[in-house]
Amino acid sequence: MSVPSWINAKLVAGSTVILFVVMLGLLGPWIWDTTQARVASCPLNLPPYGFSPPNLTFQPAQLAHPLGTESSGRDMLAVLITGTPNSLLVGTIAAGIGIVIGTLLGLTAGFMGGWVGTLIRVMSDAIITIPSLVVLIVISSYVREISLTSMGLLLALFAWPGTTRTVYAQTLSLRERGYVQMARLSGASTLSIMVFELLPNLMPYLAACFTASVSGNILAATGLEALGLGPSRIPTLGMAISNAVRGAAILRGMWWWWGLPIAMLILIFSGLFLITIGLDEVANPRLRRSEGNAR
Amino acid sequence: MSTMRGSSLAYLIRRLAMFALTIWLGLTLMFLIPRMAPGDPIAAMVARISSQAGRVENSEQMIQAWRTRFGLDAPLYQQYGRYLWNSLHFDLGYSMAYFPMKVEDLVRAGMPWTLALLSIATVLSFLVGSTLGALMGWPASPRALRLVLPAALCFTSIPPFMLGILLIYVFAFGLRWFPFAGAYAHEFPPGRNLDFVFSAVHHGILPATAIVVTTMGFWALGMRAMMVTTSGEDYMILAQAKGLRPRRLFWMYGVRNAILPQVTSLALSIGGIAGGSVLVEYIFTYPGMGYLLYQGIVNNDYALIQGMTSILIIGVATAVLIVDLAYPLLDPRIRRGDL
Repeated sequence: MSVPSWINAKLVAGSTVILFVVMLGLLGPWIWDTTQARVASCPLNLPPYGFSPPNLTFQPAQLAHPLGTESSGRDMLAVLITGTPNSLLVGTIAAGIGIVIGTLLGLTAGFMGGWVGTLIRVMSDAIITIPSLVVLIVISSYVREISLTSMGLLLALFAWPGTTRTVYAQTLSLRERGYVQMARLSGASTLSIMVFELLPNLMPYLAACFTASVSGNILAATGLEALGLGPSRIPTLGMAISNAVRGAAILRGMWWWWGLPIAMLILIFSGLFLITIGLDEVANPRLRRSEGNAR
Repeated sequence: MSTMRGSSLAYLIRRLAMFALTIWLGLTLMFLIPRMAPGDPIAAMVARISSQAGRVENSEQMIQAWRTRFGLDAPLYQQYGRYLWNSLHFDLGYSMAYFPMKVEDLVRAGMPWTLALLSIATVLSFLVGSTLGALMGWPASPRALRLVLPAALCFTSIPPFMLGILLIYVFAFGLRWFPFAGAYAHEFPPGRNLDFVFSAVHHGILPATAIVVTTMGFWALGMRAMMVTTSGEDYMILAQAKGLRPRRLFWMYGVRNAILPQVTSLALSIGGIAGGSVLVEYIFTYPGMGYLLYQGIVNNDYALIQGMTSILIIGVATAVLIVDLAYPLLDPRIRRGDL
């Protein structure tokens, strides 16, 4: 079986990383006792197995807690297993909604033009420049108790303009192509042209927008959680970082407390980043040339 | 001549309209969304303030001031009008956590730090990142350079505040080269003397590094793509055939043209950088606006939260406007109205 030509190394590497992270969340609860992610379920402040404690006030590592424990008695491996899927979920909800709204608006603006198009374009340009995290901080500080889904919805508020811009620009260039003109001449409706002629060609762009957006929204969610504005009863990676910063983990030398959730997030961000640039190369063959023509 | 002036004027008006629209949208979202949430968060907020008001002098007056400020009994459009009016007049009220200070005074105290940190970090990141990207996308750059540069991109997927935590651990906790927190040493209070300047720079290096290193790759990536496109253009081949020096080709023909979309994305990303710096200030206890905003969150100080964010939104919109207005200086086509 031959590999399709559009598959590139970055895409494969990124997908492998993300698949690994997703599997950790899905299979983790079957092999590891995730009730240990609750407060006071384990001994406190154990370093990861195989590492010596930062100073004499710490107990030595135990094999029962291979990634160590933190100051409220949570097992770090259990924290990672329960927190990672939640962080991924928030990002995916926000990005999913953002992509759908963004695509609809971008296609509409690009295809209809006129005052509707101008309105959509101006609104998305304005929203892109608003410091979204700042607005989200205000909103969530008023609302305080928030569920994972409403957090995703909240983030989606700022997740669509990037897609709208990309789709709009692509639609403008695509709609002058021969096959679109052809479809129009053969009497296809605007809607059917959008769905059957434009959308398939936009797929690689949309996929790249989606992965970039998942990453951006996980980052925003983690930022809110780190400030203590996330869902307070649902474990996420951002919450783990927030606990670590408030527990002065940095100055107590407890690197595993903040380091492991950050490492997991960086793994997720890198995976999504690789997929995004891999998809960019699929969508935009010009980028591939830069390696090819290196003299 | 008259058309040229006309197109510049149209550009100016468009940008100013965008500036106003951005501020209006930002303020409106902050007003509307909490009110759409179930259980009236604004009333809950006033209740929260009342419950902790025992600690504060004149609390009755403050709560009353808040009630009238939000006009909780007035119709929504009146509340909205008052809110917009207050925000745009920088009438931000008193801080609960830092009573009897006004939010305005707190903004004044925090703004210089944020402004200095952000502008220096952003400019550095933009210049270094774009130069790296230009070298990466340039066919004639040395091969060794091309191999080193992707390493710089590794940091792109790390958010600034997370790198900040790592930097504190390594350089402040481990090596003790830099201070953990704050913006200057207490024995050197702000003033026009070298001790203070050195101390401020010493404190600023880690937070600035956290921002520069993590955002640099974004500029490098964009610049590389543009440079690849530019280096394939016909005028480039002509310039080469004319026998121009490679250095001149690189800067005046390559970078000069490839930088234009970069400036556009600079305008688009200022908001994101400002948002990210809130977290960087929080991690480094850097006494700028972001850290004050965090203090507001911790203390349920809604006047502080609302005031600080209104100013941040207006500040970011102003920075975007400045970049937008500087753009025609770089791109003569806009001055002439070709676009």
